[in-house]
Amino acid sequence: MAADMDASSVLDVRNLAVSFRTDRGEVPAVHDVSFTVKPGETLALVGESGSGKSVTSLAVMRLTPPAPQASLTGSILFRGRDGQVRDLATLAEHEMQAMRGNEISMIFQEPMTSLNPVHRIGDQIAEAVRYHRKVDRQAALDRAEELLVLVGIPEPRKRLKSYPHHLSGGMRQRVMIAMALACDPSVLIADEPTTALDVTVQAQILELLKELQERTGMAVVFITHNLGVVAEIADRVMVMYAGRIVERGGVVPLLKHPLMPYTHGLLRSVPRLELAAFGQAKLEAIRGNVPDPTRMPQGCSFHPRCDHAELGRCDRTIPILEEAEADHLVRCHRWRAIASVEA
Amino acid sequence: MTIAMDDQHGPILDVQKLSKTYSVGGGLFGRSRQSVRAIDDVSFQIRRGEVLGLVGESGSGKSTLGRTVLQLTEPTSGSVLFNGVDLTRLNRRQLKPLRPKMQLIFQDPFASLNPRMTVGRILGAPFQIQKLRLSRAERDERVVAALGAVGLTEHHLDRYPHEFSGGQRQRIGIARSLVMEPEFLVADEPVSALDVSIQAQIVNLLLEIKRKLDLTILFITHDLAVVGHISDRVAVMYLGRIVELADTRAVFSAPRHPYTEALFSAIPTLDPTVKRNRILLKGDIPSPLDPPSGCAFRTRCRYALPACAEAVPPLREVGQGHLSACIREDLNLAAPLAA
Repeated sequence: MAADMDASSVLDVRNLAVSFRTDRGEVPAVHDVSFTVKPGETLALVGESGSGKSVTSLAVMRLTPPAPQASLTGSILFRGRDGQVRDLATLAEHEMQAMRGNEISMIFQEPMTSLNPVHRIGDQIAEAVRYHRKVDRQAALDRAEELLVLVGIPEPRKRLKSYPHHLSGGMRQRVMIAMALACDPSVLIADEPTTALDVTVQAQILELLKELQERTGMAVVFITHNLGVVAEIADRVMVMYAGRIVERGGVVPLLKHPLMPYTHGLLRSVPRLELAAFGQAKLEAIRGNVPDPTRMPQGCSFHPRCDHAELGRCDRTIPILEEAEADHLVRCHRWRAIASVEA
Repeated sequence: MTIAMDDQHGPILDVQKLSKTYSVGGGLFGRSRQSVRAIDDVSFQIRRGEVLGLVGESGSGKSTLGRTVLQLTEPTSGSVLFNGVDLTRLNRRQLKPLRPKMQLIFQDPFASLNPRMTVGRILGAPFQIQKLRLSRAERDERVVAALGAVGLTEHHLDRYPHEFSGGQRQRIGIARSLVMEPEFLVADEPVSALDVSIQAQIVNLLLEIKRKLDLTILFITHDLAVVGHISDRVAVMYLGRIVELADTRAVFSAPRHPYTEALFSAIPTLDPTVKRNRILLKGDIPSPLDPPSGCAFRTRCRYALPACAEAVPPLREVGQGHLSACIREDLNLAAPLAA
């Protein structure tokens, strides 16, 4: 099978495409997405609503609806604990179940809705442990307590008996992380895990994730729309727009010298503390709206909102994702011209 | 505590010692009822034409304050003077003719528009509620003007909310607040549910409308960076109380309350090469059911002294027009901007 995976990676996604069947026909959500993640590395997947970032992460977990509601093509190569490389895209559901929550885990945005309100925290974590490990109930609860310590929950023994509604949003997200880490996964997919939290709690959770990653060496795929969070935690960044990767590279070059006009616009539209203008000052905005997936513009899907669009070119053909510098890819017809003007 | 007032008129809004207490729990015969102070002894003023940013985390009481100011929630005590009239002394019937002058913009553009109503009906509803004696032509004129102000046209009148994107829906929500030709807007997290690229558009739109229509805005948000751009002054809330209130420049260059410092510090910067010494607050905002004695922030404050537990520190003037509720005067707090 697919064994020609890069030896240093734990996850190698190639030409991933997902589309959904709807009343209005087949709607493509993600096209031509390829990326790799190394152990201990954090890859941030950035995009706005409809960019395909969440669909990409769900597809890696094989959580998109089965055919015929959705179709998934491409390969998702994953190096297991046993050293064997498997293509998650072609695994049978029962094989995937053995991987999910075990070798590859996921946490979600809403810690309120991701926990079962009628079961105790301890039992929910223990369930995750016992699903994959042949241990008795007490051993699983002991492991749950260990995990609560790991994610920094005070009075862990007492907390095992708590119900989700006893906990604050930040604490619930810690419980979700504990559950995801129950079986020492080598890849953690975090889908906007701090978006629903307050900034002070967000800072705590980011700190915790970094610390856990250092300790366990797991790879993290961090999905977010917040570029500040990206700057904080990512090693590498992948920017998505309308279902495609539009820029990918190391966090410093990408945030300091973005090549794709969309990334550039996104960075400029983030209000910054250090640029505060004291009163009724306008923000830089990207005009227009994110395109409707059923009515994608021709050519580059960003061209209707782009100040650099060249008619006859950008509105005709979809640019390829090309390497501008080492490990810095961009999907733009005009990146050379734009870069030379701004240099 | 005097703030330079708009000469002859006084402030458009003058809130004095406003409190809202909810009783919760209960059990049989209400023996174990507890009370929660959602907002506690809050006073501030807004000058005509000003944008006041109200910042706080969830549970700080910022939304309750916005709703109480508008009398959508009845205060337990205190007064709200709007153009000199104390709204808290008016009954529903007396309030009604004043309501058009003060409008609310909601956070969630998906939940705040009725999905079964066309944009035309949504924008027409305020006229029905107010039973304004306007001719059809006058009403249509106002609706079209409001649509124009938010960048939509009359072609959108027959469409339903689901046909619009999040940003466009928020535009419709703003248009609805404008048809009554208000003087004062409470914008409660109006951009929090929107994508970054759209957020900036809506913030700019609000400022443009503000200027054009001569509005005053209370801008409620958890995002200090947005506040830094658009507000003239900033009020920071923690557990139901204002802990700091000053000109935006003063707050950003020399904050005087440790909570403000911590909030600034928690916001990630866009520069991946800068590694900062972050002030990491421990734990969560305390339960309002059982607030700490004295200063509510002392349990998470790295500068807390034993004296902080003794009495609730009053909001007092620490610089010109700069109010802070912290007893420590010796602190040199970190700021995102140089003074």
